Amino acid sequence: MAELLTAEQIDQFRAHIAHIEHPRELIIDLLRAVQDKHGWVPDEGVELVAGLLGLTPLEVEEIATFYYKIYRRPVGRYPIHICDSICCWSRGGEALAEHLQKSLDIAPGETSADGLFTLLPTCCLGVCGRAPAMMIGRESYGPLNNEDVDRVLAELRQEAQA
Amino acid sequence: MKQTAQLLFKNRRPGETVFLKEYERAGGYLGLKQALREMQPKQICELVKNSGLRGRGGAGFPTGLKWSFFPADKPAPKYLVCNCDEMEPGTYKDGELLQADPHQLVEGMIISAYALQADTGYIFIRYAYREQFANLQRAIAEATEAGYLGKDILGSGFSFELHVHGSAGRYILGEETALLNGLEGVRPNPRSKPPFPAVRGLFGRPTTVNNVETLSNIQHIVTGGAARFRDLALTVDGAGTKLYGLSGHLERTECFELPVGISLREIIDEYGGGVWRGRRFKSCLPGGASTPFLTSADLDVQLDYQTLEAVGSRFGTGGVTVFDDRTCMVAATLNLIRFFARESCGWCTPCRDGLPLVAWLLEKIEHGDGTRDDLQLLKSQYSNISGNSFCALAEGAMGPVDGLLRHFEQELVDHIEKGRCPFS
Repeated sequence: MAELLTAEQIDQFRAHIAHIEHPRELIIDLLRAVQDKHGWVPDEGVELVAGLLGLTPLEVEEIATFYYKIYRRPVGRYPIHICDSICCWSRGGEALAEHLQKSLDIAPGETSADGLFTLLPTCCLGVCGRAPAMMIGRESYGPLNNEDVDRVLAELRQEAQA
Repeated sequence: MKQTAQLLFKNRRPGETVFLKEYERAGGYLGLKQALREMQPKQICELVKNSGLRGRGGAGFPTGLKWSFFPADKPAPKYLVCNCDEMEPGTYKDGELLQADPHQLVEGMIISAYALQADTGYIFIRYAYREQFANLQRAIAEATEAGYLGKDILGSGFSFELHVHGSAGRYILGEETALLNGLEGVRPNPRSKPPFPAVRGLFGRPTTVNNVETLSNIQHIVTGGAARFRDLALTVDGAGTKLYGLSGHLERTECFELPVGISLREIIDEYGGGVWRGRRFKSCLPGGASTPFLTSADLDVQLDYQTLEAVGSRFGTGGVTVFDDRTCMVAATLNLIRFFARESCGWCTPCRDGLPLVAWLLEKIEHGDGTRDDLQLLKSQYSNISGNSFCALAEGAMGPVDGLLRHFEQELVDHIEKGRCPFS
């Protein structure tokens, strides 16, 4: 299993925690740091965050499971968030989501056989002027048609091989 | 198309972000200097009250009145929190503002904090706004370096520190008390009010929560005065400009700074380039996903708080989403309700259980399996949920349902009678 946080990151967080009045406010920062490093947040990640903040794993778990962009299950190298809210819907978002499912041969919530892509329907990404849109990792794309999607997927496949 | 005075988008250029040097060259931080050197905190609060500025995050509460609840006499720590959750579908104006000109928010927050005598600020920003987050971090570092943030700002004796908190994706965090829980690192269900945040907010201390666009207006009110700000609006009661994010079935879906009070028709025809593909206007959400639909009978309505309330809708966030004449309004409402149902935090029954029931009814009707009883149940659910939820989320979710029932009941009936969606 890949590392959850580097020793240096842990030291930095410890120093920060010692400095502030309400360490618990760092919970999302810690969970996001674990996720950035590890790809997703396993049980051990929840326990690590709890240990650093002096909380129980349950107290961390009820935060981790509340937020959609904290992954508590493994995801592919490139999590694809496809917007299914009203502006993207009005400009072909549903057809785009179907195209993604076909191209990747997966249903929403699943990960492609090569382990590269996880398809996650998401609410509005805040790029309504560029609908229909998707976000891969933290990168927003839009407006998109099927060809654009194919091109982006091909680029990422190539990147993964390099 | 008349030229609108640009306050918030003055420095905006496609694909660029303005940072300190350029911002200062364009008159940036003059408002802060003027406020700290020439004005008492109370004077600024009074000025904001007189400006008529209302909250730009969706609720439209008068900013000066909100500030008047903030206890000036209580000791530190006191907090000013900026809400940049901006997750209501159809709303992307704060993202555009922070993409173009992050120092505007920083300056607006420092002046506001001085007016309120708050010592610490947080900017709460949604997960998807990665670039805006980075822009703010850089702007804060630059402002600190230049002496606009930190201890004894510009020798005034006033100190203010500012942090950015990156969230991890949930619409409910836009509700101000849920947001405060999110900042504290506890499960972000909304809190009961009272006590209001001004009395007991972040970490139990006095707190004011304002939207990005609201706070970014403050320096312009300080430098230009309350009367000028009011005069920017085209309605008698209105004040200021507004950032309108256009989306849906328009030729041009961009974000514009235009006067409060511009007509829906002008925004659609002049700025949105008209309804796309030469089709006709059928309906729109005038201010985000929670605002009741308008129809073609409303095209001449002026976009402002009172004027939109008069036609049964709300100004909301200023995100205008247009639907052409081929749109099935049952399907559109179903999409909106699915969003709200999924984003419900699950805290109260009308929202947690009521919204999925409404979604199920609409789904049934949209798929041609609906009955007259389902329509009746939809109506009773609408009144059961409205006014009975713990926070504004379910109330907002009923906005489009309200519009659907008032303006498009015949479409519901057509689905039921034909046993299919007439638009598919």
